[in-house]
Amino acid sequence: MRQFLRDSGHLVRPAVVLVVGIAAFLLIRTALIPKAFGKYGHYDAAALDRIRQHPVAFAGQDTCVMCHDDQAKARAAGKHAHVSCEACHGPQAAHANADDPSAHKPALPDVANLCRRCHEKDAAKPNDFPQVVTAEHSGGALCTACHQPHNPHL
Amino acid sequence: MDLSRRDLFAAGGKLLILASVGATLEQITGAAPPSESYNVAEHWWGMIVDIDKCIGCGNCVRACSKENQVPQGYFRTWVERYQVGEDQQPHVDSPNGDIDGFPADTRTDVKSFFVPKLCNHCADSPCVQVCPVGATFVSPDGVVLVDKNYCLGCRYCIQACPYGCRYLHPETNTADKCTLCYHRITQGLTTACCEACPTGARQLVDFKNPQDPVHEYLRHNKVQVLKPYMATGAKVYYKDLDGSVR
Repeated sequence: MRQFLRDSGHLVRPAVVLVVGIAAFLLIRTALIPKAFGKYGHYDAAALDRIRQHPVAFAGQDTCVMCHDDQAKARAAGKHAHVSCEACHGPQAAHANADDPSAHKPALPDVANLCRRCHEKDAAKPNDFPQVVTAEHSGGALCTACHQPHNPHL
Repeated sequence: MDLSRRDLFAAGGKLLILASVGATLEQITGAAPPSESYNVAEHWWGMIVDIDKCIGCGNCVRACSKENQVPQGYFRTWVERYQVGEDQQPHVDSPNGDIDGFPADTRTDVKSFFVPKLCNHCADSPCVQVCPVGATFVSPDGVVLVDKNYCLGCRYCIQACPYGCRYLHPETNTADKCTLCYHRITQGLTTACCEACPTGARQLVDFKNPQDPVHEYLRHNKVQVLKPYMATGAKVYYKDLDGSVR
């Protein structure tokens, strides 16, 4: 054995260096590559979970209706039946998820600008969509002076 | 303890080899992440957009901006107004992405309509193909996402997207785009833009759900994707799309 090492040491030593090098490469590679990498493709599958961690701002129609049953009924009876609550009232997850929702009361929408965003006359809007030239239609009066926003017929 | 240099190297080498084998084994056989109620294999997300229902109110743009904290001046979704004369050459405007609405259009000599735009979540996405580091990918449920931990900010994907749907986030300096509200749709909610759309012009759809109305919808309506000649496998279907839309 001693004789063998003396004669072929020049081969054994680089072989050991090579094996150690490969081992170091594998070790570093394993440490750097995330566990879930390659699970679905050439990317880190854990990114899906990270992206899912993003907080929700819009609670969703079903959540609103859980408490605001009365407004939901009024809305369902009128032409705004298909308009979700948060389309006008804005994102309400903070209100809905609060321990005491009444302490996080959402601000009322700015009616002067809210209604006309949808209903101001515009040639690009579909013809069958109800539109008015607000200046001629109400002469500056707020829409809510005549219309109930949840069920806007007169 | 008397330790020669030779012994030290020998012991170190053995340790290194054992450790790397162990670590590799652990990675191969590593425990799978805990199963959850959402199964990526059961969904294939997309959207249908009904041009004739869009009123250009900008609710979708504002909702997206609030839901996803989109930096000011950047848009994951926006609305374009097309004014098309008889020569079919469109004049397109989208002031600030429609986040503040459009100035009233009174022209009657042109055909005019609104076109909401967003990431088409292409099945064969050019942006995914050009990413050099695997930072952007099509998820198993058909959503094109960006892993900002991997993104270098090289902007290849921004140039590759035929629809102009990507931007470089000014704070993180990584590519950013519509996630189809992945954090919402994976817990049973619809996207923020669909939630806020007052006319139902946008509908989130799941092509793998046999109960989804999209199957009925695609059987009964004439639909088109944007730039079909790019063969991107776009999954946002537009109903009644005019030929002048780019």
